[in-house]
Amino acid sequence: MTVDTRGPIGASTMERVWWREERFRFWAFQIGAVALVAAVLGYLWHNAVVNMERQGIASGLGFLDRESGFEISTTLISYTPANSYGRALLVGLLNTLLVSAIGSVFTTIFGVLLGVARLSSNWLLRQVTRWYVEVFRNTPLLLQLVVWWDLLRISAPGPRQALQILPNIYVSNRGLAFPVAEWHEVYLWMFAAMLVGILATIWVARWARHRQEQTGEQFHTILAGVGLVILLPLAVFLVAGAPLDLDKPALAGFNFKGGTVISPEFAALLFGLIANTSAFVAEIVRSGIQAVSWGQTEAAGALGLRQGQVLRLVVLPQAIRVIIPPMTSEYLSLTKNSSLAVAIGFADFMSIANTELNQTGQAVEVITIAMAVYLTISLLISASMNVYNRYMALVER
Amino acid sequence: MTDITHDTTDLIEPRRGIVEKGWEWARANLFNSIFNSILTLLITGFIVWLAVPLFNWAVLDATYSAPNDAACKARGGACWAFIADWYKFLLFGRFPEVSRWRPALVILIFVAMMLLSSQARLKGKHLLTMWAGGVVISVALMFGGFLGMPYVETELWNGVPLNLLLTVGGCGLAFPVAIFAALGRRSRMPAIRWLSIAYIELIRGVPLITVLFMATVMVPLFLPTGMTIAKLWRAEVAFTLFFGAYLAEAIRGGLQVIPRGQYEAADALGLGYWRKTWLVILPQALSISIPSLVNTSISAFKDTVLITVVGIFDVLGDVNNAMNAPEWRSAYWEGYSFVALLFFAVCFYMSRYSQRLERSLSRARPGRR
Repeated sequence: MTVDTRGPIGASTMERVWWREERFRFWAFQIGAVALVAAVLGYLWHNAVVNMERQGIASGLGFLDRESGFEISTTLISYTPANSYGRALLVGLLNTLLVSAIGSVFTTIFGVLLGVARLSSNWLLRQVTRWYVEVFRNTPLLLQLVVWWDLLRISAPGPRQALQILPNIYVSNRGLAFPVAEWHEVYLWMFAAMLVGILATIWVARWARHRQEQTGEQFHTILAGVGLVILLPLAVFLVAGAPLDLDKPALAGFNFKGGTVISPEFAALLFGLIANTSAFVAEIVRSGIQAVSWGQTEAAGALGLRQGQVLRLVVLPQAIRVIIPPMTSEYLSLTKNSSLAVAIGFADFMSIANTELNQTGQAVEVITIAMAVYLTISLLISASMNVYNRYMALVER
Repeated sequence: MTDITHDTTDLIEPRRGIVEKGWEWARANLFNSIFNSILTLLITGFIVWLAVPLFNWAVLDATYSAPNDAACKARGGACWAFIADWYKFLLFGRFPEVSRWRPALVILIFVAMMLLSSQARLKGKHLLTMWAGGVVISVALMFGGFLGMPYVETELWNGVPLNLLLTVGGCGLAFPVAIFAALGRRSRMPAIRWLSIAYIELIRGVPLITVLFMATVMVPLFLPTGMTIAKLWRAEVAFTLFFGAYLAEAIRGGLQVIPRGQYEAADALGLGYWRKTWLVILPQALSISIPSLVNTSISAFKDTVLITVVGIFDVLGDVNNAMNAPEWRSAYWEGYSFVALLFFAVCFYMSRYSQRLERSLSRARPGRR
């Protein structure tokens, strides 16, 4: 740091003065920048304190303990209007996380399929996926969400004319109503059986791999795994005498009672986010696959691998290293975009924060909390994706 | 590969009809395996299933002139009469009717500038001067208050000109911010580096909507007592801050690929930090990052519709407002199609432009990543 980068020419032609010294500039710039930022922030803070006092706006986080007084339609934890503002925010946060988690899973699946289809040898499939990607990438997400919402809310039939797409599953403008099973303690055992199935699959996979390395014989691990994970719980279920009491949705007045109802707002947000983000994911997957050199595919083909195997065993493992970093930002934008729920009335974190802002008038606190929460979620997603990226990264000698 | 086989077969048997060629192409691209043949048939079925009703709705059963949506309902198709009747409101919103030629001119100016930048071989400085001049003239036209044009307050600046001005104005103001943030992030001074990282990551970690809420609800509290700034300008500050962080990352991408030798060569010439950056590093880094800068501006353009959420009426807000008119209450599909087509046209054109740029850049700089 103390080396004079200007070298001998600078030294001989320029007079050495103290304010040109590298060391002086190093400190002066930094102290100056920090002081400037601190001064601006301090000034704004001072104004805020004066203004809030003058307008009689309460400050502090005390409002979080007060009674909220508003209803929330979709809640994962128990909540009534008698609960506090703080609990309402927690309900919203859980809704945001729910949408983001479900959305991320389906976006990944759908996006990868689209990305692979984009490179299909079938011209028609290539064109269809291409235009899907172009349409969803080149129109605003907010518009897409509003269209999904209207599609589900206005164009769907009323509850009395609800479409029964499967027995006991109804689609109407009140959302998707479907039955849920009444709790029975056998379900706990089924869950245990599923865990056993997963463990057994891991053991089978190890054994199959060992045997393939020894003898070259292959084993259908995936088929066996699916069988174990599904059949074991099913066997437990049947042995216990198949106890299944469905809480079925039924029309009562103008709405459905019983079962579970997914609101049109929730469905619109979820569909909108998945449809939009998978278009971006498709492009990432496509360019990731194209980044793997064609020689790899040819070499794998020469070894006698089938097309699916080439993709699964040779191309995708290499492409995934190119794909992970940009995928991280897609998961991030999906989570952040879920805040557009505020425009279609789904009770996510941002909508509830907005309601509380309007009720309490404590703009500074509410917006600061909202930003802090989204920032924390973003940092957690980036951190975990970085860990995954390091795990998947090519280990070179 | 298919081209090669085409050529050789052409040599062997010349004179083949278009039908045979078409059949050969279909065999190679649509029916080259059993799986693909089934897929082709399924997709064709899907397209027919989707396109026929859509075509009926949009063209055959559509109504092009009607007094209200009830008249359209009878035919069951799209009600383009709504667009024909209300397109001026959708484009310009509540802008005073006698002065609507001004926002119309603004739209024309922006379209012309977009075409000039993507087609003509205008370079660096001229391009910048043109856009800066275009924005200044547009803002002046919107305000009026001179040459006999009546003054129009920002409350009434609605519709498409708002989306255009917010995008270009926001990105234009954000550009210098982004350059400093990107340079700061690569600075060897820890305090500068951390301030830049804090700004970029804070903004990129939160949704645009929180920044917009901050600007519209929180900022009035932060101003000295008695001082007010119009809502539109506060929103513009929010967009500037937001776009700045994303543009900074695009520029950082360009800075990262400048080879070390360029810095060392500039040092060897005895250039100081600012002259080195301004004369050697930035010109190269910026030209490399143009495609990602264009991409960032495209998403910026799409993001401007979020302004409806804070109660400023851009083109999407206009559509929602138009639906409040009793005679067109159910014309939402037509209104949304209008907005979607508008955005698609601009974004699709610009993204094609950015892809073309990317290709010509990678040709011009072989071996450099």
